[in-house]
Amino acid sequence: MEDDAPVIYGLEFQARALTAQTAETDAIRFLVGTQSLKFDNQIHIIDFDDENNIINKNVLLHQAGEIWHIGASPADKAVLTTCYNKTSDSRVVSCAAVWRMPSDWETGSHESPDDSAHNPQTLELLCHLDDSAHSNAACVLWEPMGDGKRVISLADNHALLWDLQESSTQATVSSTATLEGKGQLKFTSGKWSPHHNCSQLATANDTAIRGWDLRTMSQIYCIENAHGQLVRDLDFNPNRQYYLASCGDDCKVKFWDVRNVQEPVKSLEEHSHWVWSVRYNHSHDQLVLTASSDSRLILSNMVSISSEPFGHLVDDEELSEGEDNHQEDNQSNKKKKKVLINYSSFE
Amino acid sequence: VLFLFVCSPSPCSFHWIRKAEEQPESLDPCDINGPHFDPELFLNKLRRECSLAELMDQETCMVKQIRSLDSDMQTLVYENYNKFISATDTIRKMKNDFKKMEDEMDCLSANMAAITEFSARISGTLQDQHAQITKLSGVHTLLRKLQFLFELPARLNKCLELQAYAQAVRSHRRARCVLQQYSHLPSFKGIQDDCHAIMDKLAQELRQKFRDGGSSAKDLSECVELLLQLDEPAEELCDKFLSHAQSRLESDLQGLEAEIRPYPTIPSPTSNTDILEFIDRGCNEFVSSLCLVITSYQELFINHAQKGELLNAFVDDLAARYFSLVERRIQEEKGVADNSLLVRALDRFHRRLQAVTKLLPGSAVPNQGTEIVIRAATERVKQYLSALQSFYMDSLTDVRQALATPRDAPNSLPELLSSLSASILNQIKSVLASVHLFTAKDITFSNKPYFKGEFCSQGVRESLVVSFIKFVCQSSRQFCESAGDKGGSTPPALLLLLSRLCLDYETSTISYILTLTDEQFLVQHHSPVTPVTTLCAEAREAAQKLLNHYVKVQGLIISQMLRKSVETRDWVNTIEPRNVRAVMKRVVEDTTSIDVQVGLLYEEGVRKAHSSDSSKRTFSVYSSSRQQARYAASYTPSAPMDTNLLSNIHKLFSERIDIFSSVEFNKVSVMTGIIKISLKTFLECVRLRTFGRYGLQQIQVDCHYLQMYLWRFVSDENLVHFMLDEIVGSSAHRCLDPAPMEQSVIEVICERG
Repeated sequence: MEDDAPVIYGLEFQARALTAQTAETDAIRFLVGTQSLKFDNQIHIIDFDDENNIINKNVLLHQAGEIWHIGASPADKAVLTTCYNKTSDSRVVSCAAVWRMPSDWETGSHESPDDSAHNPQTLELLCHLDDSAHSNAACVLWEPMGDGKRVISLADNHALLWDLQESSTQATVSSTATLEGKGQLKFTSGKWSPHHNCSQLATANDTAIRGWDLRTMSQIYCIENAHGQLVRDLDFNPNRQYYLASCGDDCKVKFWDVRNVQEPVKSLEEHSHWVWSVRYNHSHDQLVLTASSDSRLILSNMVSISSEPFGHLVDDEELSEGEDNHQEDNQSNKKKKKVLINYSSFE
Repeated sequence: VLFLFVCSPSPCSFHWIRKAEEQPESLDPCDINGPHFDPELFLNKLRRECSLAELMDQETCMVKQIRSLDSDMQTLVYENYNKFISATDTIRKMKNDFKKMEDEMDCLSANMAAITEFSARISGTLQDQHAQITKLSGVHTLLRKLQFLFELPARLNKCLELQAYAQAVRSHRRARCVLQQYSHLPSFKGIQDDCHAIMDKLAQELRQKFRDGGSSAKDLSECVELLLQLDEPAEELCDKFLSHAQSRLESDLQGLEAEIRPYPTIPSPTSNTDILEFIDRGCNEFVSSLCLVITSYQELFINHAQKGELLNAFVDDLAARYFSLVERRIQEEKGVADNSLLVRALDRFHRRLQAVTKLLPGSAVPNQGTEIVIRAATERVKQYLSALQSFYMDSLTDVRQALATPRDAPNSLPELLSSLSASILNQIKSVLASVHLFTAKDITFSNKPYFKGEFCSQGVRESLVVSFIKFVCQSSRQFCESAGDKGGSTPPALLLLLSRLCLDYETSTISYILTLTDEQFLVQHHSPVTPVTTLCAEAREAAQKLLNHYVKVQGLIISQMLRKSVETRDWVNTIEPRNVRAVMKRVVEDTTSIDVQVGLLYEEGVRKAHSSDSSKRTFSVYSSSRQQARYAASYTPSAPMDTNLLSNIHKLFSERIDIFSSVEFNKVSVMTGIIKISLKTFLECVRLRTFGRYGLQQIQVDCHYLQMYLWRFVSDENLVHFMLDEIVGSSAHRCLDPAPMEQSVIEVICERG
């Protein structure tokens, strides 16, 4: 990174949704969903070539509406989910759907990259993740490391576990969990834990974080008042199964051990406004990236609560700015760019 | 004298000589009065130098002088002659007298000889009688002694009966040597045996008395003294003496122990003696008998030097037990109401131990006593600290309650602050005064080096005053932290008040308190102490934190209103705006009341110069020209990129706004912080929603309304303009049908509502 110029990619529209495509193993690839009320929305497929430090892009049309959340299938790199807002009859409806990219987007774009922007191909709808009873999907979560058959959608105060069948063209609700309590409760965010055989889910609603067991669809823990205000995002430590990071409108990033929900393990207060997003680095869990509406991204090196607290990263402090990032180009770059794009357009 | 006058060479020369003596310097031979006068030379000189007339004159003068000299001489001779005659008479008279005296002297010597002869004769006669008398008196003395000896057994028996042991022993001692000496004579032997028998009985009785132990320390020591005089073995006596003393001292100690409450929880404080009485009793009973024991021991066994260690061990052992009792009692002294009692008790305790020091110079007892005093003092300081702390917390609770009762709460903020800080200061002062008793001049231990140095600097200054100030800062910070997660369990007014309190501490109170302490205690800083600046920095930090937190809490309350109002409304299908929404009025009202609240405690602060008509002119500019241009660009489908580019470039060059940043200690800065937080929330919420045409117009109306009222609170009105601009811009961006309302209509609506 020392001598590489930063890679910047500009979008035409504002965007709030971004994901890394984990099914793609050859390239570093991101999917970005745009938000525009006036024009057809797009999904940008961005490949980062870390050897040459350049990016390639492809654009697919997403005509259904503006994209609030996007998720890529962990098994099939052509399949993705979006949560979007559809406006019809002066009503705004939030929907969720599974999509498939057209098979030839890759070849077409390479021949004439300029044309692809003008004549973008359209996504192929596989199925809707809505039924009459449950709408207003906030986000859709793929089963991590699964075979791409199971997704969870969070809609209002319900968590719906869907089974995708017939190469994802049919979706049926296999089980649901409902958040009950006073007032209008609504899930704002969630994360499917990669641990415990993918049987746990963490969700955020208002100031609380809840853990769910997907086999019984019952609540297993609840961190009341995890943040002073709204919890915006969660992420699981990829290596330590009980560790969870959360962020919210109180400008704080907190790290929890879900076995003891009384006190956070650690709390950071670096940002000066709401923290919208928090992500662990997939392979080096001491690196945590946070994005905030104070127009800042902060990459924190949390050695003390990582899976290797005293391991080979003893001289990490010195390396954290330069060397470290360089070594882990793939992941941390991915993250970094992810949120950069997310909020450079946003702010 | 006679001779002088008779034999003078000539009256004339006499006259000249006298004159010459007066003028010894004259060596002129012609000077008739000089000693070197040469008549020939003089005459020749006269004849040569003078005329006849002058010679005649000279001659007349000289004749005249000679005549007067002659008459003088005659007078003198006459006088001297008279004296000579009377002298001759006197000598003749003396001659007669001496003759008479000689006769008398002869008579005296004859008498003296006669007397000497008589005297010799008398003494020769009395010689025999005198020798006889001397002999007789010697016999008389002997006889008296013998009589004493013979009477001794009876006398001893009588003494025994009367229990006048001391007299008996004295008598026996007088006789003992004699009896010993003449024991070969059978009669004396008998007496000696009798005496021995009686004395043995007496010793027996003494020992019995000694063993009984019921007698007082004085009796006991008397007993021992007698026994010693009777040649009892000293070591045995010594041991016995000590064990007796111990048993009596132990009973004293038990008495003391009984006074200490066996169960400290028994709620009967009145029945218990206070500490002063306790110490008094300890001093009067235990310490004084201990001193008595020491004194008598030293007097009795003064020859047995090796016994000193025994005594020391004995004293140390008992003193240790006494001290442990005293310490237990002191520890029970928890109430901090009256320090003087404790100090007086400690003083008495310490003072009485000085007696032991005097008696036993090498003993460790006084040092241990001093240590107890020191421990008690330190403990007391700790208790005062905790009392201060609880007082502070209680005051805060009171303030909290005062704030909770809504009745004229905002007006009383400055009064609450002043009463709070005054009561804390008073409390500190009274505590200092109480602690000051430890170092008062008339307290014996106050001149110990500990109380002069370490107690003042480490004890009072550091662990009392500095700790308390730190505690205040600490607890203030805790208010920020604990309240942070629970969403403001502390009333914001309290935060504001505490912030001001800490700031006042920083500016004046801390240095005042420390100066006061230093002056009262004359603190000599031998060991490093916390400097004022550190404490001030801490207080300032706490004040800053509290104020930031206050801004945050107030900002969040307003944010919450704004967010609810944005999130709960269906902005797509709203009706055409006719009024400013009620929530905006509420926001302005709340902001105004916050402004009043903050204004009560903080100064105004500086703000940038206002434009002449802030509420309108700038807004119309912002709304009509720039915003319109942006709308136009935004919603012409041909150039969507340009808008983004333009706004992004605009943002690059405009100042970045830190939302939850630190505020300064003045009203404007505080209000700016609160308004920033509120508007930023408004902005973020707007960005998450989708608007219809009227939704956008409603936002426009609301923003204009906010613009009209909020500018006056902030330091830089452009900030408000910029943020409201952003809000309207973002809602236009999120609008399905962006048709902005006419500026004039907006103004009419706002002014109406």
